[in-house]
Amino acid sequence: MLTDYATIGVFFLLTVSFPIAAMALSWIFRPKPKAAPDDEKYTTYECGVDTRGKTWIRFRVNYFLFALVFLAFDVETVFLYPWAVKFQKLGFFAFAEMIVFIAILVVALWYAWKEGALEWH
Amino acid sequence: MESLFINLSQAFTAWLMSLGLSAGWADALLLAVQWTCIVAIVTLNITILIWLERRVSSFFQERLGPNRVGPLGCFQTVADALKLLTKEDIVPSAADKLIFKTAPALFIIVAVMLYAVIPMGDGMQVVDLNVGLFYFISIGSLSTICLFMAGWGSNNKWSLMGALRAVAQMITYEIPLAFSLLGIVMITGSLRLSEIVEAQSGVWFIILQPVAFLVYFIAATAELNRGPFDMPEAEQELTGGAYTEYTGMRWALFFLAEYTNLVAVSALMSTVFLGGWQGPWLPSWIWIIIKTYLVMMVFFWVKWTFPRIRMDQLMSFSWKFLIPVSLGNILFTGAGIYFCKWMGWC
Repeated sequence: MLTDYATIGVFFLLTVSFPIAAMALSWIFRPKPKAAPDDEKYTTYECGVDTRGKTWIRFRVNYFLFALVFLAFDVETVFLYPWAVKFQKLGFFAFAEMIVFIAILVVALWYAWKEGALEWH
Repeated sequence: MESLFINLSQAFTAWLMSLGLSAGWADALLLAVQWTCIVAIVTLNITILIWLERRVSSFFQERLGPNRVGPLGCFQTVADALKLLTKEDIVPSAADKLIFKTAPALFIIVAVMLYAVIPMGDGMQVVDLNVGLFYFISIGSLSTICLFMAGWGSNNKWSLMGALRAVAQMITYEIPLAFSLLGIVMITGSLRLSEIVEAQSGVWFIILQPVAFLVYFIAATAELNRGPFDMPEAEQELTGGAYTEYTGMRWALFFLAEYTNLVAVSALMSTVFLGGWQGPWLPSWIWIIIKTYLVMMVFFWVKWTFPRIRMDQLMSFSWKFLIPVSLGNILFTGAGIYFCKWMGWC
């Protein structure tokens, strides 16, 4: 008998073969013309105009702010799931705890909102 | 009919054991067969789904849609698939080759991994994990990274913009997505998907948790990058978003993964909110197919009805509306459970 997580592992190994098989299948059928690496068709597609400047530049701090707020909430989610599973067994204590926990979340959300981290510029 | 597939798999394992294989190897081989069936069904189903979506969308817009290749145009997607299969593979010379090539492969791997926990009938589940629901959410959120890899690796400005939008949108909508399912976990007291289905033998969770259902539906639409939340690949402004530089099979893998995700999320929605495989008269595995298709039809309906939402509206809708609503739903569910117990209803 395989344990649950071993099954997931074997499933993952099988799944890895899927894109490999798909690419191999297309390799059999697709044309493989020999073109120089500086050929026109390997240039970056920007609607026919030659690309100017670098793509990999620094981008807006806005994205980073959202990512930070997301991180805080995502960690909260990880804590909330085990709590929700045991919610009915823990009794009134869990209920009071939930109010405290969600109050902290609401304060965090309110703070981010007040500081303008949730505004998209 | 009901336990057709279960009997088949038991007979297969028994046959393997009679050949002298150990139980572990027999299980592994059975898993390989199950995996092949899942991938085959998913891949073939997607050709039907793409045809269906094109037909449905054309009826929404008073067009005819594909109707030339085969009866009602049903061979159109087969022709498209053959075309994509035989197309040249172009990797732009400016791209980061390793990231560019791994992104579509990872995307499809993540999408197929979701099917490991979905109950496709009574007892028909590849693995009944004790954290099944959490597994689904966490594996599903990995697709964000794949989209970002595609956008960053392409070294193309359209791709990068599409990828940045995709990441911003997907991480934003992941929070209401995870929060909306908490109410159900509180009622069931389990993350095991089979137990969540069993808990719905009386009342479906869509009736007990209507707000959660709506929040989950909206967040899932955003998470799947489907209209009206298809900002990451808004064709009219970003050409192809993160997929701009992809051709042939690699592009097909992205498309395949998107639809695979759609089917998986629809199946999870019918499992968690619509009673899963439970239903009268018909076998359980037919019920889950019917429900999944119905949920997918609603996704199509939403996509082709609403216009695309502006980026700032999209972000503030999640942070300032969906997250407070889903937090309120958790509080309300908790209070409701204790009120029920106090009144002696449950």
